[in-house]
Amino acid sequence: MIYRSGQKVLVQGITGKQGTFWSQKMMEMGTSVVAGVNPKRAGETHLGVPVFASAVEATRQIACDISVIFVPPMLARDAIVDAIDAGIGCVVVLTEHIPAQHVLEIHARAKRAGCRIVGPNTAGIVTPGEGFVGIMPGHNPNIFKPGHVGVISRSGSLGTLICLNLTRAGLGQSAFIGIGGDPMIGTTTRDALEALDRDERTHAIAMIGEIGGTMEEEAAEYARTMRKPIASFIAGRSSPPDKKMGHAGAIVTGGRGGYASKREALEQAGVRVVDTPHEIAIALAGVYA
Amino acid sequence: MKLEEHAAKSVVLRPAGAPIGNARLCASPEEVAEAVRAIGPAVVKAQVPSGKRGKAGGIKVAETPEEGAEVASKILGMTIGGDVVERVLVEEKAAIAREFYAAVLIDVANRSPLVLFSTEGGMDIEEVALDRPDAIRRHVVDVLEGFGEPEARAMLRGLELGSAEAGVVDILAKLYRIFRERDTELVEINPLAELKDGRVVALDCKFVGDDASRDLQPEIAAAATPDKQTELERRGAEVGLKFIQLDGDVGVLANGAGLTMTTMDVINHAGGRPANFLEIGGEAYTKAETALDLVLSNPGVKSLVVNFCGAFARTDVMAEGVVKAWETLKPSVPVFFSIHGTGEDEAVALVRDRLGLEPYDLMEDAVKAAVEAAQ
Repeated sequence: MIYRSGQKVLVQGITGKQGTFWSQKMMEMGTSVVAGVNPKRAGETHLGVPVFASAVEATRQIACDISVIFVPPMLARDAIVDAIDAGIGCVVVLTEHIPAQHVLEIHARAKRAGCRIVGPNTAGIVTPGEGFVGIMPGHNPNIFKPGHVGVISRSGSLGTLICLNLTRAGLGQSAFIGIGGDPMIGTTTRDALEALDRDERTHAIAMIGEIGGTMEEEAAEYARTMRKPIASFIAGRSSPPDKKMGHAGAIVTGGRGGYASKREALEQAGVRVVDTPHEIAIALAGVYA
Repeated sequence: MKLEEHAAKSVVLRPAGAPIGNARLCASPEEVAEAVRAIGPAVVKAQVPSGKRGKAGGIKVAETPEEGAEVASKILGMTIGGDVVERVLVEEKAAIAREFYAAVLIDVANRSPLVLFSTEGGMDIEEVALDRPDAIRRHVVDVLEGFGEPEARAMLRGLELGSAEAGVVDILAKLYRIFRERDTELVEINPLAELKDGRVVALDCKFVGDDASRDLQPEIAAAATPDKQTELERRGAEVGLKFIQLDGDVGVLANGAGLTMTTMDVINHAGGRPANFLEIGGEAYTKAETALDLVLSNPGVKSLVVNFCGAFARTDVMAEGVVKAWETLKPSVPVFFSIHGTGEDEAVALVRDRLGLEPYDLMEDAVKAAVEAAQ
């Protein structure tokens, strides 16, 4: 889930408006986009790379390490299953509003095949100086610059703001991992935290959470074991809790998931939790001082 | 998409062959009297989305048609959980031997379906869950394997359900099928009753469907309880914008749910109160003009923060929308910008040239200025 230069990227939905725009941006930054998929335009060349009918067809001819999904919600499941069947090790799912029953199937299939899903509803992953996969302004040097802070964010826009603040404070980033805003995502906060803990270039971590779910509480259990400093901002402190699931929701989460629960779990694990996004950069600048 | 009890039973449970009681939906005491005459002794139940109907006095027994009319005249018109009761479900009074709890839902943390069952159903299931978690059986389902009668029997092993076991197994398997086929987030039966005559019947049903599957489930979408909305929220929904009106005075326009929530948090942190939540994430970033119109139509707004951080969303496109709306609406409230990310240079130039305003470098400073201006 950390992009490394030279990793080969397949773009499913490459010929669409967004697929085209962002594939160009990825290429500009040096990302190795090697092929695209559109069943109706197989055999054509788009942006200088071959277009195939499926991911399975593409990987028969060109090895791909990562696939990125620019496919509308109702077609996303089949596209992702195609990438899994093609044996691609990592699938970055940008699509939002995929039906939950489809998402359940996607995760179950990925688990069996040993495929890593990033997202759904992620803005993607960025490694400054190497490349990016997704819909992040990875090519913008005012926002991203190479360095040693690993950034984890559910939200693309808020994650962008955090990276911008870090860059301005003189703190470059080792990796940005957009994990996605959906409730059921393949790569959790804890998964991303473990990857950044193992990453030698990462010296400190900015963890951007949100209310809802229990991912921050689960990440806190791992953070407790870490030596790298972590600063965290949790969005949604002033948003009303979602009551939709009622009894059953409470039975499953046991009162976790709200702002107070997340902040307490993280602080007890030694994480510095701040009140505004800009304080992330201040807190981490302090670590380096 | 949420269904009230009567809709959950008729649209979801009945077509799946899950056992439900003989019932009629009524809107007046006369209709209730008529229903009791036809059905016999009955329970009259308020139809509202709230789960606390019993405790609120919205469920009463009627032995005779006269009694039916009398309790109906009390229940109809009551307010429960903020909703006025307009209809009641008149359902045959069941001779209950035992009350169970059954549900199938999405277990977000495990990214799997989860089946729940307890022999201690009834009103206080939430307390049972907290005090004695062992009293609730949980079965995490591998969605590629499914969940049928053999899995249900294995899950219930050792509970000594006796003659009720077959009925419970049957309904658990059916609930799982509903879960998969009807794009369900939650289907819950509480109580699932074993009657004195041995039948196992769903006495209540709560159903939450997946909003992303609205087009796949038109029947459920049509039967769903409409969200409680203000006039402005309804206008937002019509153009595909999720707008939530709040009681503060600092209007918020930001892109993406994460950045919008954060802007609201920083407003609170600076001592102010946000006037709205409004998500213009994803493709909706092109609707900035409509969005601004909504935010400014809220009479509570005394100042406005526009906080853009473009990743996917292009700030130049959003700023163009805002500037256009501003020139058309000519609002009198002060506005404070912070703009970064994709399209930033063009966006900042637009705001400078057309509105004569200088965006703040830090969103925290833009928010602070807006909070001060509102006071």
